[in-house]
Formats: sequence, C-alpha cells, structure tokens
Amino acid sequence: MRYSGFRVIKEALTGHEGWTPAWRDPEPKAQYDIVVIGGGGHGLATAHYLAKVYGQRKVAVIEKGWIGGGNVGRNTTIIRSNYLLDGNEPFYEFSLKLWEGLEQDVNYNAMVSQRGIINLIHSDAQRDAFTRRGNAMILNGADAELLDADQVRKEYPYLNFNDARFPIKGGLAQRRGGTVRHDAVAWGYARSADSHGVDIIQNCEVTGFRIENGKCLGVETSKGFIGAGKVGCAVAGNSGRVMGMAGMRLPIESHVLQAFVSEGLKPLLPGVITFGAGHFYVSQSDKGGLVFGGDLDGYNSYAQRGNLPVVEDVCEGGMALMPMIGRARLLRMWGGIMDMSMDGSPIIDRTPVEGLYFNGGWCYGGFKATPASGYCFAHLLARDEPHPTATAYRFDRFRTGRMIDEKGVGNQPNLH
Amino acid sequence: MIINHPLLGPRDASEFAYLGDASLIDRPDWQAENAAEAFYEYAYLRDNPVGEHRELWFHEAGDRSWLVVTRNTMTHEISKVELARDVARARGRSK
Repeated sequence: MRYSGFRVIKEALTGHEGWTPAWRDPEPKAQYDIVVIGGGGHGLATAHYLAKVYGQRKVAVIEKGWIGGGNVGRNTTIIRSNYLLDGNEPFYEFSLKLWEGLEQDVNYNAMVSQRGIINLIHSDAQRDAFTRRGNAMILNGADAELLDADQVRKEYPYLNFNDARFPIKGGLAQRRGGTVRHDAVAWGYARSADSHGVDIIQNCEVTGFRIENGKCLGVETSKGFIGAGKVGCAVAGNSGRVMGMAGMRLPIESHVLQAFVSEGLKPLLPGVITFGAGHFYVSQSDKGGLVFGGDLDGYNSYAQRGNLPVVEDVCEGGMALMPMIGRARLLRMWGGIMDMSMDGSPIIDRTPVEGLYFNGGWCYGGFKATPASGYCFAHLLARDEPHPTATAYRFDRFRTGRMIDEKGVGNQPNLH
Repeated sequence: MIINHPLLGPRDASEFAYLGDASLIDRPDWQAENAAEAFYEYAYLRDNPVGEHRELWFHEAGDRSWLVVTRNTMTHEISKVELARDVARARGRSK
C-alpha cells in the first residue's frame, strides 16, 4: 500500500477500513542469500537498501525483541554532518543527503526536520577549532556557517551569554542539520524493506553461528537454524556479545548513555543547541518536551539505565547554558547501550570469517548515521567491497595505526 | 554506585575515574618476538563481557590508589574490590 494525502482522505471517508499492517510477520525460511542480525535502524536500513538499491531478493532481518526497541528508539534524534576528519565527513554528509530524501524513498513520514544545529563557542581556541571544522565540512560539500555572539543571540536570546566561567562567544551552525522522529525511521525502513520482499523476523534471538572451515553458513536462532550465503551483524551496543559467538574480540567496549525529556513546554528552541564547555545537547520535540543528553556514565555496562552522578552533571550543563530550564520538570529519563570503539569511529567491514560481515562501533553517533550505515553495509554485503564513503571504517585500522579519532583521546572508549 | 575501598571503606563511585578492563595490568613484554601483535591486542581488543567484569578504577578524588573492582555489567552490583597493587604483585608484576 502506498501512503499519500489522497489515501488518508479516501480512508477517512470509508471508515479507515482499508489500512493493512505495515509489514508482514513471516516465519523464517530455511535459507536466505543474506541474513542481517539486528532489527534496529541500521539493520532495517541495510535490508531496505539491499532490496531496493542492490536488487537482493532473498534477505531476512532477525531481531531478538521487537524492531526499533533498541537504540533507534532511545537516542536524542539529532542529525548532522559536522565532522572534521577525512574518514568521517564524506560518510556523514552522504548520510545527511540520504536523510533529505528519506521520506520519499521509503514512502513514510519520518518528520525529518532540518531545523539547524548550532555548536556554541566559549573561547578563542574553540573558535579556531570550529572554524577549521567548518572549513573541513565545506570542503566535503556540507554546509557550515560561523556565527558571532550577536547572531546566536538573535536566535537564542535566553542563553546564558555572560556566564562568568563559560561566556558564549559565537557558534558553528549547520542549517541542514536537525531532528527526525526516530521510531518512524525504524518503521519506515521496515515497511519499505518488507514491501520489497525482505522477511523481518521478530522475537528470534541469534544463539550462535554455524561456521565450518572458516566460512559462515548461517545462524542458530531460537527459531532454529537459518542458512545464509552471507551474514551481516548490525547489533551496536551488543556487538561484543554477538561477535563473541563467532570467536571474535572487538576493539569495542559497551557503555551506557542516558537521555532525558522534560514535560511539554511552549515552543522555545527553534533548533538544536550544543553546549561547548561541558557536554550537553538539547532540542525540543514537536510535542514540546526538551530532549537532552550529555556524557556517558563512563564504565562498561549492558544495563539500559544509568546512575545519578551523570544525571546531576547533565543537568548542571543545562543550567549553565540556559538557566530557565531549572523550572522545568523531567518527564522521563532512560539509558541505551553504546558500542564505544577505541577511536570513537565506527566499523563497517568484513571479518576473518568468510561470509560474516560487521557493522558496529557507532559510539553515540549512530542515529544520524542510520541511512548511510545501511547503504554502505548493503553495498559491502552485496558487492564485497566497501562503499566509497566508508573505506576508512576498517577493522585493521587499529592494527596499522590509521585511527579516525575526532577527539584525539586515544584508546580510551569512555572519553570519546 | 558505592565502591567499598579496601583501605577507606565505602566511597561514592563519583570520586573515582574509570580506566577499563583489569587486563590492562598485564602489559606485554616489549622485547618479545610477537610484541607488535601483543601490544595491538593489549591496547585495542576487549572481552567486553556481559556479567562479571574486572576493571580498574582510580581513586582520583581520594587517596589516589588504583583498585581492581569486580562488578556486574548487567546489574552494576560490585562483588569484590582489591588494591590493584596487590593484584599486580600476585600476577608477578613489579616487586
């Protein structure tokens, strides 16, 4: 079924009896050409592009719980492509371009809103660094705009510009950045993949890989063995667990990141704001809640909840940036598990096991990367070679010293 | 989280800085034949287990000792706290 304004009107006039489920609920077949493990944003996007762009007809997505129940439903919904390094920026700009055409591509309203993002500047050194980053973005075809304090003040007059410790000196804006309705991304990709013949198998946990003579023949699951020509693993957060079943140790630690939403407020924030002195980023959802987050809790964790010291730290960041949010009450807070890699950048690559491919290590930048991650992983799975924008995301970059370390903190995952 | 420091008693985890897996105590021999490979694994690869995890915490806002904390990564429950120096000596490191 194709969704359209006409369809909405027709269904409204005929008692809404014509709507059908957005995707099927099939039983797994014995054999597929490609099996994608993980029905999150990245896995579903991979299936969509495999079917639609790369013409693969026998594809399955296997999900342990329900689709979109992991990090794609737990993030702060921000999209942007404001990276510095050559290994990253073309990839994230490719992703932002895919976001711009996403809703037409999958015929689903994901509420992509390019409301702009501003990274605030608090010192001369930071202005120099952001100027350099803006130039790197422009060189890679992205948009960037350096703002002085008065320009920021025009858009966000209520920020704490004259804070004694962290005065706001300006900002680096990316007007094409913004927010997306995150659940709709999973649902839209799932619906599109399903309509192209992909089997989305929920409540099906992978319990092992069948590997013979160094070749992966398929996956053992709670619904039995599923054979596959190729297996792609896109389970960021749990990558260590799943790849451990294939005997691999990864350059990844799992950490918990918390996010928060306030009670609904009147329209306040037109775009996304990031505090440059601490770690705090905030936008306002269409329902009015302030959606914000900050740093990792900082220790290995698979528990999807965090501890109070980080709650305090994040709220201090918020109070330093815009003191009036002290009056707002928190509605909800939650945690998600991040694949924190050793250089803060992701991995999309083959593994030493033939027929087994890996997509993970997204740290806490996975949501914005969803379309390009899916596209590039589909490219790798279908063609056995990396997509041109993802050539740097190799496993062996740690062995050979070709790190993509935006923050320059080295092999300390909780600092990225 | 409360970390039960062997010398100081129960302390809030926010007094500590986290380093990572306690295997970082076992620094490879830089003169060994396979030193490059051993250091790659040492520096970059992690077991990243679900459940019990032995890890290094530094009492930065306290007595500045290094601890080996055994903690469950699913429940955050801490079952054992040792001085890293004792652990390292027991493994034959230093004197």
